[in-house]
Amino acid sequence: MNKNKIRTYQNILGVFFLRFLIFFTIFFLVLFLYIIFSKGYKVLSWDFISKFPKDGMTKGGVFPAIYGSFLLTVLSVIFAFPVGLFTAVFLTEYAKPLWLVNAINISINTLSGIPSIVFGLFGLAIFVNGLKFGVSLISGALTLAVLILPIIINSTVEAIKTVPKDFAEASFALGATKTQTIFKVVLPAALPGILTGTIISVGRAAGETAPILFTAATFYTRELPSSIFDEVMALPYHIYALVTEGTKPALQKPIAYGSALILLVLVLGVNLLSIFIRSNIRRKRKC
Amino acid sequence: MLDTANLSKIIEVSNLNLWFGSNHVLRNVSVPIYSKKITAVMGPSGCGKSTFIRCLNRMNDLIPSCRIEGSILVDGKDILSSDTDIYELRTKIGMVFQKPNPFPKSIFENVAYGPKLKGKIKHSQLVEKVEKSLKDAGLWNEVKDRLKVSAMELSGGQQQRLCIARALANDPEVLLLDEPTSALDPQSTNTIEELLVSLKNNVTIIIVTHNIGQAGRISDFTSFFYLGELVEYGPTENLFTVPKDKRTESYLTGKFG
Repeated sequence: MNKNKIRTYQNILGVFFLRFLIFFTIFFLVLFLYIIFSKGYKVLSWDFISKFPKDGMTKGGVFPAIYGSFLLTVLSVIFAFPVGLFTAVFLTEYAKPLWLVNAINISINTLSGIPSIVFGLFGLAIFVNGLKFGVSLISGALTLAVLILPIIINSTVEAIKTVPKDFAEASFALGATKTQTIFKVVLPAALPGILTGTIISVGRAAGETAPILFTAATFYTRELPSSIFDEVMALPYHIYALVTEGTKPALQKPIAYGSALILLVLVLGVNLLSIFIRSNIRRKRKC
Repeated sequence: MLDTANLSKIIEVSNLNLWFGSNHVLRNVSVPIYSKKITAVMGPSGCGKSTFIRCLNRMNDLIPSCRIEGSILVDGKDILSSDTDIYELRTKIGMVFQKPNPFPKSIFENVAYGPKLKGKIKHSQLVEKVEKSLKDAGLWNEVKDRLKVSAMELSGGQQQRLCIARALANDPEVLLLDEPTSALDPQSTNTIEELLVSLKNNVTIIIVTHNIGQAGRISDFTSFFYLGELVEYGPTENLFTVPKDKRTESYLTGKFG
């Protein structure tokens, strides 16, 4: 065989191998979606998403869990977003003194490496017991806020870094101060990236179980929370509880898959929304 | 020939020295800038000409390692002194950069940026201001029907004229242009050169260029920089026809550049 033929075969083999690996990934994604959908879709109905659970979790809907997850997620982003935004602005635009910058960077990296169950214990110690918030919506939301903070900071830092220096220079040359330049030019230009990071963190906050395990979630409530100091039901914890607790596992499992399907659709929906918002902003600006 | 005796100086630079760290970038530069005239700042790459004009609106303040000595009198006041309001200075001395750099905002918002920074302004006044600035920059007829459209949709030459309009909206006395046409095609370059000549009735223009032809076509005065030194300065006509310095002569005849 001549050299060229060997190269051709090597090419074909290489491409085949790459394709195989890609199919492997797609295969598992499809399998995953198939299992959740096939086991979950049967219990889906309007009542399932709008009613309370009945008969010891074996019938009825999961509305309070959807509502609780929604509140936990929204509150945690409300807490984490401003802190994350200003930290990122500090890191990219001021970054002095050096020891403070290093301290922040080490904190971010450490926070993002901590297992989520440890966040749960942290939340229990600080918010539930320390600040005496009890097992409540606010304790859970604050715990989740600490968890998603590194995501928001990192994505915002990246988004700000992609804004061309030319924009800031033009702004300074027009007589703008640094603060004006950051708020009127840099942050608006970084907005698509900042939104993307925030929405990814929404998905993360909505899906986490361990951080709310000891801080906010309860297996069953008769009523929706009336204040931020009430316990709440939440989808991930609801799934966990349906599978591991209760008296009639056979009746609870389909509800668990149905809840999982709803959680999946909500998180994917939020991600799609972020893509939509981002492309919309980009189209308007043509850049 | 230009008689400088009847002209008023708007800027007077004396003994300007500038270092970036230990790098001595500008050496003893002294030069007058005459009001309502076009002064070209010419020289090969790396001669300090951009650094020089960035001294005039204190843009070099953004570079931490920069150290400046000497004085720059603008309307008789030394702008290098520590009590200078640099934000006010930069509205008085506007700047246009080499690469067109409009904000990723609408055409209207780009021009309105400067006036809005100064504080509350009535919308009707703002609209007037934007229209006047765009007209002065010769862009109004091309964009009047699409002021809400993103500035990123304009062509390179239009973007640069938008940047000029944006600077003009601050009612500057002086306009600094840092090789404003080097990223543009000949047609757009031509348009901008004509525009600058028409603007000099209202503003003093200082233009950095390494295009000898451009300096010759539009400027009243030319300064020639080489290795951080101001080698020669004078009315463009004189400097181009009878350069006093050998280095100016060889630059003009294309022996280096």
